[in-house]
Amino acid sequence: MRAFTALLVRDMRIAVRVGGGALMGALFFLIVVTMMPFAIGPDLGLLSRIGPAILWLGALLASLLALDRLFASDHEDGSLDLLMMGRMPLELAVASKAIAHWLTTGLPLVVITPVLGLMLNVEMHAMGWVSLTLLAGTPALNFIGLIGAALAVTLRRGGLLQAVLVLPLTVPVLIFGVAAANPAIVGPAPFGPPFTILCALSMATFVIGPIAAAAALRAGQE
Amino acid sequence: MQLTGQGLVCRRSGRTVFSGLNFSVSGGQAMMIVGRNGAGKSSLLRMIAGLICISGGSLALTGGEEEGSVAEQAHYLGHLDALKPSLSVLENLRFWSEYLGRRDTDLEAALDVVDMGGLADLPAAYLSAGQRRRLSIARLVAVERPLWLLDEPTSALDVQSQDRLADLMRKHLAGGGMIMAATHGPIGLHDTIELRIGGAA
Repeated sequence: MRAFTALLVRDMRIAVRVGGGALMGALFFLIVVTMMPFAIGPDLGLLSRIGPAILWLGALLASLLALDRLFASDHEDGSLDLLMMGRMPLELAVASKAIAHWLTTGLPLVVITPVLGLMLNVEMHAMGWVSLTLLAGTPALNFIGLIGAALAVTLRRGGLLQAVLVLPLTVPVLIFGVAAANPAIVGPAPFGPPFTILCALSMATFVIGPIAAAAALRAGQE
Repeated sequence: MQLTGQGLVCRRSGRTVFSGLNFSVSGGQAMMIVGRNGAGKSSLLRMIAGLICISGGSLALTGGEEEGSVAEQAHYLGHLDALKPSLSVLENLRFWSEYLGRRDTDLEAALDVVDMGGLADLPAAYLSAGQRRRLSIARLVAVERPLWLLDEPTSALDVQSQDRLADLMRKHLAGGGMIMAATHGPIGLHDTIELRIGGAA
């Protein structure tokens, strides 16, 4: 447990310091959502109708953007070698890194979402619901991306391959995320079922992600 | 405590680096691994550290902890320093001591041993190559593990630091520890056994 918290604290500390990139994802999210009304035009009805989709797409791309450095930097400076020599199972070490990554890149997206409602002509209380779906869904994106990040380390310069591998797996999260966000904005549609599935996806990937990522890292040992 | 390798084979990307390697190190002994460039000195150390798969043969550590692999009882000091530039000297050391070790140790004392006591709050980004190396060595002091795997441990170290490292190694051996070092030159230890890989250097 000591090793788990030590790794969690270290990764969060690195992320929030200069050059850590904690806010890079949030900034990207901000840019995508801010530019969208300029591209689509001043049709307020249309904007609020496609608002959830824009927010979810932005969040999806923003969470994948930061993921490729998750293991690459530890691999380059030799930290990954030592992480593998710890007494804690590699799966737990990977999970600890993933949680730290979500807290520093996923959570900021959830927090700034209500503010972005202004850009998309969505009311404040509806944005609260959208935030809630992001809170339930971004962990799934994080843990799916984790597998891709681990594979990219093994394959060296696997950045593009990572996107190709990971994006198809995130499609269900996107579908159910937008489906759960729609009722609050667009109107009568069930909120419960898509939201529950979103939570289930997050919980399932929380278990599968670290195990698969640790296996990928071990397979990379030649 | 004894580390024994029997008929070890190392194959990387289809090429056989070495095969049929036998060795044995007991507590208090230091083994120098010598051989020409590319003979597989680093590969052997990484193999013992569990960072490369063993392609053939067997590796066993007897007399250590009941549970736990060889890697969990070994320190690996490789070419890379495993330091994060944005963390301070003390934060870097504290992380590794908490991650690799089991109990709290006196980190300040470990830094003093490598003469880095005055630099505790400096970000690791500002360290020189030799200072980075010394900070890595402080890790070996802060966390107690019986087997030290050292890959060119004296590289980037000045004469004074080399002496200090030799003192540390002697102390480690006197306490019943084991050292395996890949090296091209003397590292200040006497009475070492030699393991030659791949013929004369």
